[in-house]
Amino acid sequence: MRNPVIDPSQVKGWGIDADPRNDPTYPMKKRNNGEHAGYSWERPHQQSATVEVLHSNERPNVTAAFGTSTPPAGLSGMIRRSAFKYSESSYGHWLPLMLADRVGVVEGLLSDLAHGHVPNIYTEMGGKAEWKHNRTNLVAGIVVGAVLTAAAVTYLRSDRDDS
Amino acid sequence: MLAMSYRGPQRVRIDHKPVPEILHPQDAIVRVTRSCICGSDLHLYNGSVPDTRVGMTFGHEVTGVVAQIGPEVQKLKVGDHVLVPFNIACGKCVFCQQELYGNCHESNPQATAVGGIFGYSHTAGGYDGGQAEYMRVPYADVSPTVIPPGMDPDDAVMLTDVVPTGYQAAEMGGIQPGDTVAVFGAGPVGIMAARCAWLFGAGRVIIIDHLDYRLEFAANYAPCEAYNFKSLGDPVLFMKKTTDWMGADVCIDAVGAEAYGSPFHTLLGRGLKVVGGAATALHWAINSVKKGGVVSIVGVYGPIQTLVPIGNVLNKGLTIRANQAAVKRLLPRLIEHVQNGILDPKALITHRIPLEYVSDAYRLFSAKLDNCIKPVLIPPSVRS
Repeated sequence: MRNPVIDPSQVKGWGIDADPRNDPTYPMKKRNNGEHAGYSWERPHQQSATVEVLHSNERPNVTAAFGTSTPPAGLSGMIRRSAFKYSESSYGHWLPLMLADRVGVVEGLLSDLAHGHVPNIYTEMGGKAEWKHNRTNLVAGIVVGAVLTAAAVTYLRSDRDDS
Repeated sequence: MLAMSYRGPQRVRIDHKPVPEILHPQDAIVRVTRSCICGSDLHLYNGSVPDTRVGMTFGHEVTGVVAQIGPEVQKLKVGDHVLVPFNIACGKCVFCQQELYGNCHESNPQATAVGGIFGYSHTAGGYDGGQAEYMRVPYADVSPTVIPPGMDPDDAVMLTDVVPTGYQAAEMGGIQPGDTVAVFGAGPVGIMAARCAWLFGAGRVIIIDHLDYRLEFAANYAPCEAYNFKSLGDPVLFMKKTTDWMGADVCIDAVGAEAYGSPFHTLLGRGLKVVGGAATALHWAINSVKKGGVVSIVGVYGPIQTLVPIGNVLNKGLTIRANQAAVKRLLPRLIEHVQNGILDPKALITHRIPLEYVSDAYRLFSAKLDNCIKPVLIPPSVRS
């Protein structure tokens, strides 16, 4: 199919009903229509990439400044790299990133253990705040969990005895 | 330095990290003096935002003292006490030039749909945030603002996000004198949106939530009518009845992805996380607003599809307006409002918690314990 460049001023009726006051973005946007010129502004200095930085395939480059927190690594990093092959419009981008986040949690636990640190999950989850301000519900939750666990263990044992 | 470290859904702790360094000529390093936990941080905390990596430091509502500046920084000097807007904005791109500072195109390589935000996952640029003793601040000449003499630091830290976001929520509503404004969500932003709706001439302001202690606070602070949706039954039906069957002129969604109130949305958005959040508040906002009305969205949702009654948006002829607040654009006006006593943002702060107790602070805020409305983390250097 041919896609010739169209000069709008040659289109019959072009602009006859244009109303600059009809701007639903006011006052949030100080309209200057600069985007009509495309990606052409004078960019700030480019930050040097000291770590691996993934970038959306909906842009041609890495932004002039970027964060350097927690660069991709391990299995989660591999999943993240593959996710960035898909656009932000695709589940192929976001769902692998969610998966990578969960894999990262396991990697974080393993890393802690490898460094001789046993994470205190109770403290990390704010257990002390629960104990101080929501003790009844915390205890109730623990009791219910313990009862359900005991019931499950008892059931599984009886099942094994029967066989 | 001490810094909050994300370890997985609902697990955070304090770790030791290196002090950040200047990585760009327009960077500054600030020594943090205040850092709030935002309601939107709870989306990260609950593991709802894609590309939230273990080890990241959250925190985008920050004040601090400039400790170091890059060679191109001219407006700030070492020792300045600044408030740092949550948006990272270059000031040069076409979007910043149009004052859309929440939509900067030179601060977030990982996603084009959102500008850079401090400590808000790699989906918002991969920057470590300010729930730490120090924070790197890119483009330091653009958004960071020296705290005016005499301003309470607690007021200043609320000007980095809560106040401008609440104000812009009302602004985007296009409120006309006499309008009825319904705000869904009585968190800090919802309460501020209700307060600011009056500044635009609202004739009636209604706030809806399920937590009585927050509703009571909002009713006194905004001040406004406050209703618990658990006792209303159907909040949309209530809104129709209380507006003589018309619907509100303007509805504001100040909840976002973590909404309660609909098992369907809760299962898909909060449980299975297969949509961009539990859009219950937005659903109610769309259905509660009058025909031809305006829905203003400042509640944060994930980047994937979210379930809303879009057919009703069409059939009712609604206008939907939404954005991350452009903090820099709004600051001059809002500083004036605080200095003149029109707005009292620090009154929203209910808990001042040492940074070292960040795990408890998140739990307290997330589970709404101890009547928490707004917690602020205070680093050790400020307390000594």
